[in-house]
Amino acid sequence: MKRVHFGHSPIPYVFVLPQMLIIGVFFLWPSFEAFRLSFFLEDPWGLSNQFVWFDNYWDVISDENYRAVFFSTVIFSAVVALLSIILALLFAVKVDGLLRLSSTYRPFLTWSYAIAPAVAGLIARFLYSPQIGPLYDFLNQFSTDTWFEPRLDAMDAWLVLASGSIWKQISVNFVFLVAGLQAIPRNVLEASLLDNPNGFRRFWSITLPLLAPTLFFLLVINISYAVFETFGVIDTVYPFGPPSGAQTLVYKVYVDGFKGADLGGSSAQSVILMVIVLLLTVVQFRYIEKRVHYT
Amino acid sequence: MNRLHRYQLADHAILILGILFLVTPLWVVFASSTYPAEYLIRHGLQVIPGDQMVETYWSVLTEKKGFTEQITAARMLLNSMILGVGFAIGKIAISMTAAYAIVYFRFPLGTFLFWVIFSTLLLPLEVRIIPSYKVVADLGLLNSYTGLIVPLIASATGTFFFRQFFRSVPEEVLEAAKLDGAGPIKFFIDILMPLSKTMMAALFIIMFVVGWNQYLWPLLMTTNDDYVTIVYGIKQVMQNLDESRIPEYNRGFALAVLALLPPIGIVLIFQKMFIKGLLESDK
Repeated sequence: MKRVHFGHSPIPYVFVLPQMLIIGVFFLWPSFEAFRLSFFLEDPWGLSNQFVWFDNYWDVISDENYRAVFFSTVIFSAVVALLSIILALLFAVKVDGLLRLSSTYRPFLTWSYAIAPAVAGLIARFLYSPQIGPLYDFLNQFSTDTWFEPRLDAMDAWLVLASGSIWKQISVNFVFLVAGLQAIPRNVLEASLLDNPNGFRRFWSITLPLLAPTLFFLLVINISYAVFETFGVIDTVYPFGPPSGAQTLVYKVYVDGFKGADLGGSSAQSVILMVIVLLLTVVQFRYIEKRVHYT
Repeated sequence: MNRLHRYQLADHAILILGILFLVTPLWVVFASSTYPAEYLIRHGLQVIPGDQMVETYWSVLTEKKGFTEQITAARMLLNSMILGVGFAIGKIAISMTAAYAIVYFRFPLGTFLFWVIFSTLLLPLEVRIIPSYKVVADLGLLNSYTGLIVPLIASATGTFFFRQFFRSVPEEVLEAAKLDGAGPIKFFIDILMPLSKTMMAALFIIMFVVGWNQYLWPLLMTTNDDYVTIVYGIKQVMQNLDESRIPEYNRGFALAVLALLPPIGIVLIFQKMFIKGLLESDK
């Protein structure tokens, strides 16, 4: 808020109106609908609607398949988030340490931000394709039988999905980490150079704690990327559906709601996802913002 | 000195490996797109570009050979362009005006509206796709540019971006404008908008790429080929390929390259602005 303001007039209402209209129609209304539908059981023809209290939630939570998908989404998100942050951190530290040429490297590590998750998925699909994929041949040359079979085996499928998702995500983290490293005061680094000649220990005890706010911020961003945006990767690597056991929560909401026409169950899953995002955000604001300091 | 030199050499090696990791997949896809389909099936993916580049790309851009043989890649590119530009401009327009109202006016509902806008940051479109689809269907907006673009705009990242920037504009600017007798609308158009040029450009670049790269929403929204964007279109084309006897991988690869060129071009050409936009809009 500014100290100086314009006086009372209808003008501010006119100015926020477009955004409020769009939010009302395309955010509040559908969010409310998801909430409402999650308490109803609709027959497959959409003819009758029955209020069933928490039955849909109960069905979702007690479904073993859902719990398996939940569990694998957690693992998948953690792996994608951590690996893409660690790799980006390695490149950012190396670029930051270079005196000359650092600006030559930067664009080459930044451009891949522009890759759509769906296109990353397609490229991964070809590189691992049994028909023409070099990575498929490479991984299978170590054994006489084809032990790497991403079309059938869930574990192999996760490998394809994770590598595509990480490949696309490194550059975002790189941009934020380079900016974070540059924000560290040079005199702090110079002072630590005198105290501690060991490069790795200096990084561990000085640079990393100073980068903590950026790293935590990126952790939240990356987890939400891995949970939500990797839908594009899954759906292009597997246009006819992944092998069973290799789907994420968002993919399941889509499959159950659109292909399976189970509106109530899919809505209950949506609401559970909303709660997860809310928790993530609360953690980001409450815990992280308070605990991580530059001191 | 010698040791320092060796360290630096290792650093360069790591960075070059990183760049190879990022660039190689895309290069292989490009190089392979310049070979005939039969050649790729027999010899696998290629690293050195072949001589069929013009033929492949020309046929992809001009021949209707997609999902239902109704759309050319040129049309898909146009649709993506409309989505990217429309999304970016729409987002900038509504979020700039909303941020202006919130920062420069004190009005009874101000704080409440601010929290409503803030709440959109909490829930991405992916968690409410099915009800959003129903709302858009009820409004008769399926298969239209409006239905494609507007629901995607309903998030507050842009508003926060401009709120942050307007707060950093010195108070004296408004005081001086008031002394000169400028009203709220004149102030917005003649003073604040010119001041925000760089910020608008930075946000435009980010939002264009974000809009261009949308996948899930276009997938739900479009059942008519006229509105297929290139990012969504490749999947349909590839799905078709999988079922044909001699999959025309080269055409699929060419489509992937075409889908990537505009956003990559923009990110590289406006690199400084892109980084500024990314760092300040994602918080």
